[in-house]
Amino acid sequence: MANQPAIIAEGLRKRYGTTQALDGLDLRAEAGTVLGVLGPNGAGKTTAVRILTTLLKPDAGYARVAGLDVVKDADALRSQIGLAGQYAAVDENLTGYENVEMVGRLYHLSGSAARRRADELLQRFDLVDAARRTVKTYSGGMRRRLDLAASLVMTPPVLFLDEPTTGLDPRSRLGMWEVISKLVSDGTTVLLTTQYLEEADQLANHIIVVNFGRVIAEGTADELKTQVGGDRVEMTVGPGSDITRATEILRPYSVGEMAVAAERRHLIVPVAAGAQQLAAIIREMDAAGIAIDDIALRRPTLDDVFLSLTGATTDAADLTTAPAERPLAGSPR
Amino acid sequence: MNIAAPGHGNSTKPIIRPRIYWEIADALTLAKRNLVQIPRIPEELIFSTIQPVMFVLLFRYVFGGAITGTGTTYVNYLMAGIFAQTVIFGSTTTGIGLATDLQKGLIDRFRSLPMAKSAVLTGRTLSDVVRNTFVVIVMWTVGLLVGFRPQGSILAWFGAAGLLLLTSFAFSWISATIGMAVRSVEAAQSAGFIWLFPLTFASSAFVPTQSMPTWLRAFADRQPVTIVVNAVRGLLLNKIDATTIWEAVAWCVGILIVFIPLSVRAYNSRTAR
Repeated sequence: MANQPAIIAEGLRKRYGTTQALDGLDLRAEAGTVLGVLGPNGAGKTTAVRILTTLLKPDAGYARVAGLDVVKDADALRSQIGLAGQYAAVDENLTGYENVEMVGRLYHLSGSAARRRADELLQRFDLVDAARRTVKTYSGGMRRRLDLAASLVMTPPVLFLDEPTTGLDPRSRLGMWEVISKLVSDGTTVLLTTQYLEEADQLANHIIVVNFGRVIAEGTADELKTQVGGDRVEMTVGPGSDITRATEILRPYSVGEMAVAAERRHLIVPVAAGAQQLAAIIREMDAAGIAIDDIALRRPTLDDVFLSLTGATTDAADLTTAPAERPLAGSPR
Repeated sequence: MNIAAPGHGNSTKPIIRPRIYWEIADALTLAKRNLVQIPRIPEELIFSTIQPVMFVLLFRYVFGGAITGTGTTYVNYLMAGIFAQTVIFGSTTTGIGLATDLQKGLIDRFRSLPMAKSAVLTGRTLSDVVRNTFVVIVMWTVGLLVGFRPQGSILAWFGAAGLLLLTSFAFSWISATIGMAVRSVEAAQSAGFIWLFPLTFASSAFVPTQSMPTWLRAFADRQPVTIVVNAVRGLLLNKIDATTIWEAVAWCVGILIVFIPLSVRAYNSRTAR
């Protein structure tokens, strides 16, 4: 089992009525890594998590988690996985302690083991002070931490986190990231879905971008960024500067299309070899007497990746549906 | 936050027991979960008790004077109907509770755990029986205050209570099936209630069925609420009718045989959204 991927899925399909939630999804996570599943709302991320955690049966395709088939070995698999969801599935009329203890009992721990685990986990997630309060009184961040604590009662080798920070304030989000990173350093395999590109960038070793139930791109965060384009220099020149002259100076450096917003005195130039070019540009501008208000070398963010990828897919979908409609409109009697 | 490795779980091994043990133990774990919540949301219990109290007062003092042919005082006649109505209406909390768990994602969490598949439903139906027991005790007291005088032996009264709780349990499973089938808590609320009105009112719960038109009486005399009410009434008023009691038990068992598998199947195929 050592060389087997902790999570593997091939050709997963799932349809709800007329919606094809998953349309041949493939994914793979090696043991001890974090797989980031990135996609907009409705892309099929949650459906994929539901299938991988045995909550839903796929219409087609197959998946194994921790070496167990998600359909045939569903019962055995449930003791190998933890699931923490975007809706923080904890009982708000129970205390934090009661929630974790109950989950321990439902994993069939003895009463004393369940109580001990509840104590340990609440301590680990900084919830000791709130342990005896009902969850109703918890903040969003505390609920997520409790939800995560409950999913870790059995120290599962594979953990599924479905949008763990959706709706959290920035500070709580950072707190969750810290918690998740530490879990991973303990050797847990994590599948993390998110709409936040920054989150995937921060946490995931490997990222798949999902849209319309299919993987539309994958790789490391860096690979995905390179796929969209390389570095670029963004520059704002001082008031009254000669924009035309600045544009001429920049043109030889450009490896693609330049963007010039004259009224904002803003220029964006795609460049090949980042840092050296930046120094050269500054020297030339200086020699030409053009004042620079602001200049920066920017790598594309995952947001750029995401927008360019999902935008492209939407266009492609429009193109494929159009011909199908044509025969209807123009069909001869 | 101290997130040191917790020694990868060899100290937290699940206990190995036969399946039937876990069906019961898991159900009790969840029943306990539901019961500890009741005192934390007292308004829910208070309102579900006020409603049957209102029915007692309305029928006893508003309609009661006009209802004849009961063969005893109206309040003595009424209370068996009130008890049955209370447990049957009370059983709708099962479906509402399950629909709420579903909406909040708790059912997803439970279904991802290696626990007994029937436990969420059994736990809920059991805790609702306990809750209904409490409400019946309150109703008994209210009844005594407005002139209800049960007759016969205490043993028979306990028999009546037992039959009422069996009825409560059976109707809870119907409610569970509805709760797992509908798409929202609001739907569980109305779908769970609406069909109970004709069932409880077109019965012998509040008026003798002889006063109804023939076509309605044909239904009223044969439907389970009438049979349960008649059996309970017999036990409370020292007019025990063994046949009716067995018929009532048979109805409850029949409902359980049909609705336990139906609701468990619905549970296993449902996810929150």
